[in-house]
Amino acid sequence: MDKFTTHTGVAAPLRRSNVDTDQIIPAVYLKRVTRTGFEDGLFAAWRGDPSFVLNQEAYRDATVLIAGPDFGTGSSREHAVWALQNYGFKVVISSRFGDIFRGNSGKAGLLAAQVDEKLVQRLWTYVEDNPGASVTVDLESRTVKAGEGVDAIEDSFTIDDYTRWRLLEGLDDIAITLSHGDDIDAYESRRPAFKPATL
Amino acid sequence: MGKTLAEKIWDDHVVRTAAGEPDLLFIDLHLIHEVTSPQAFDGLRLSGRPVRRPDLTLATEDHNIPTTDLDKPIADPVSRTQVETLRRNAEEFGVRLHPMGDIDQGIVHVVGPQLGLTQPGMTIVCGDSHTSTHGAFGSIAFGIGTSEVEHVLATQSLSQARPKMMAVEVDGALPEGSTAKDLILALITQETTGGGQGYIVEYRGEAIRALSMEERMTICNMSIEWGAKAGLIAPDETTYDYIQGRPHAPQGAAWDEAVAYWSSLTTDDDAEFDKVVRIDASQVTPFVTWGTNPGQGVPLSATVPHPSDFEDENERAAAENALTYMGLEAGTPMRDIAVDTVFVGSCTNGRISDLRRAAELIKGHKVADGTRMLVVPGSVRVRLQAQEEGLDVVFKEAGAEWRGAGCSMCLGMNPDQLTPGERSASTSNRNFEGRQGKGGRTHLVSPDVAVATAVLGHLASPADLQPVPANA
Ligand code: SF4
Repeated sequence: MDKFTTHTGVAAPLRRSNVDTDQIIPAVYLKRVTRTGFEDGLFAAWRGDPSFVLNQEAYRDATVLIAGPDFGTGSSREHAVWALQNYGFKVVISSRFGDIFRGNSGKAGLLAAQVDEKLVQRLWTYVEDNPGASVTVDLESRTVKAGEGVDAIEDSFTIDDYTRWRLLEGLDDIAITLSHGDDIDAYESRRPAFKPATL
Repeated sequence: MGKTLAEKIWDDHVVRTAAGEPDLLFIDLHLIHEVTSPQAFDGLRLSGRPVRRPDLTLATEDHNIPTTDLDKPIADPVSRTQVETLRRNAEEFGVRLHPMGDIDQGIVHVVGPQLGLTQPGMTIVCGDSHTSTHGAFGSIAFGIGTSEVEHVLATQSLSQARPKMMAVEVDGALPEGSTAKDLILALITQETTGGGQGYIVEYRGEAIRALSMEERMTICNMSIEWGAKAGLIAPDETTYDYIQGRPHAPQGAAWDEAVAYWSSLTTDDDAEFDKVVRIDASQVTPFVTWGTNPGQGVPLSATVPHPSDFEDENERAAAENALTYMGLEAGTPMRDIAVDTVFVGSCTNGRISDLRRAAELIKGHKVADGTRMLVVPGSVRVRLQAQEEGLDVVFKEAGAEWRGAGCSMCLGMNPDQLTPGERSASTSNRNFEGRQGKGGRTHLVSPDVAVATAVLGHLASPADLQPVPANA
């Protein structure tokens, strides 16, 4: 997993609440045998609609998604996080996330930044008034920044300390366990010889 | 204070423990199949990680594969891709695979024990919820998700919070004509589908001790159906006898060492469980489900319940939905329910003893007109053993279909599916809506009930069958 310190990118306003993981990626798209390539299924039900935000030229290359409350509720499918990442998203900003989705995001390296509902509204207005504008999300200082001068937006977001640490260090669960490789080696060396092996 | 069996095994596998963090457990055996592993291998590839212990990993093909036309390529392209992907991954990462056509191919939970790889005191995981089956040998065995599959492949360990401990005390003895399947179905109905949530469950008592190894597997297999993290049974002579002589059983001095360790795997007298539930085995009669979760069951002699029988509001609503989906009327005697398809197989009841029992019961009878019966061995070895004993001939003479090994109609991922509205009596473990095919209606039953149902065309037990004349 790559280290995540700060990210600046085009932000897309997704003016919907309760976007559950079935809407993020419907079940029919789960048959792939890779962890990649799920971008085709991302928001599949809406992608045919020309007015859908990701179909608008200005937001086509968005890497930051600004969503309404209760983003990522429902089914535990990890594919929802993969689909967002495969499409190119690095950050999702919302005032409330589904628990499992937030957990899966932390595992996979997608930053789920939880902010005050009012900040979501301000960001929506800003990126709609300035299509294609960038938003900066700084994990070190836990701040979201956009715009310049008197209209500049700067506010904080929340993320739990453990997930923040892992993202900053670029550690996935496996990397963390591998950092305890000595413990695993030690266990293996004292493991009884009568235990079965497949090879 | 003493320890429970599960606590002993858990403690023996802790690689690392730290305050405020889950325990890191060493995994003794990682079983793999084609459906939940592709993304895990892909993850390893993306991060350039090897499989840490290929020698503790075993792959087989089971969920997706057809049970007919075994000599032809798999017709469904999605299934074929998943199987081919597993083959490529096994090759690339050096994992032993038993593919279709191999003598040790079969349902992952049948293959492990049959090879002697499943032994007491182990930690066993697989990307499949019915991994609990292996607990029958006195191991901690549970299902995991795809990310965890990748984690185990890369590290041979898993971070796990310690579950609570529950004892299921099975009093008395199972009466003649009642089976392990009836016992576990009755227990799930008694405790409801969420009753085991958060627990590792130890099945104990005389009735459990009296069960054969394969019957114990039937019990542990369905632990997940009442929400338990895992289910296990203390090893004893029955366990050792089953393992001895199998390909991966310890040999010579290692055998003695192993048995000495296994003998220590019992719950201490002064150990305390967080919860104890009891069930009286002597009261268990043939038991079947009427609804769409495994906790919606009744004795075969009973009638379809009325939603108003349930005090809990959620259960009442669930019952109403289930009756609609199942096309059943409250008050109908269970024995009056006509069945279109009978499925004998799965990791619950697809082992050799299940097929022997089914063949013994069906011998001299015919499958009823308008009913079809599929017999699907749990593995190729089970299939060959059955053929050696002539069981296939018995099934075919009775009018049943004798199939190749695999999961088959247990989950209907291959072409073995129910059509909408079709009703089955199935020896598998899940009766969820659409589990055996879109719109299909499943009644979970024992192999005994499955056979009697096939012969009579409606839910029935062997006691309902006419005796076969001696000269037949
Ligand atoms: S037989 Fe059924 S329950 Fe068992 S592993 Fe296969 S699909 Fe799962």
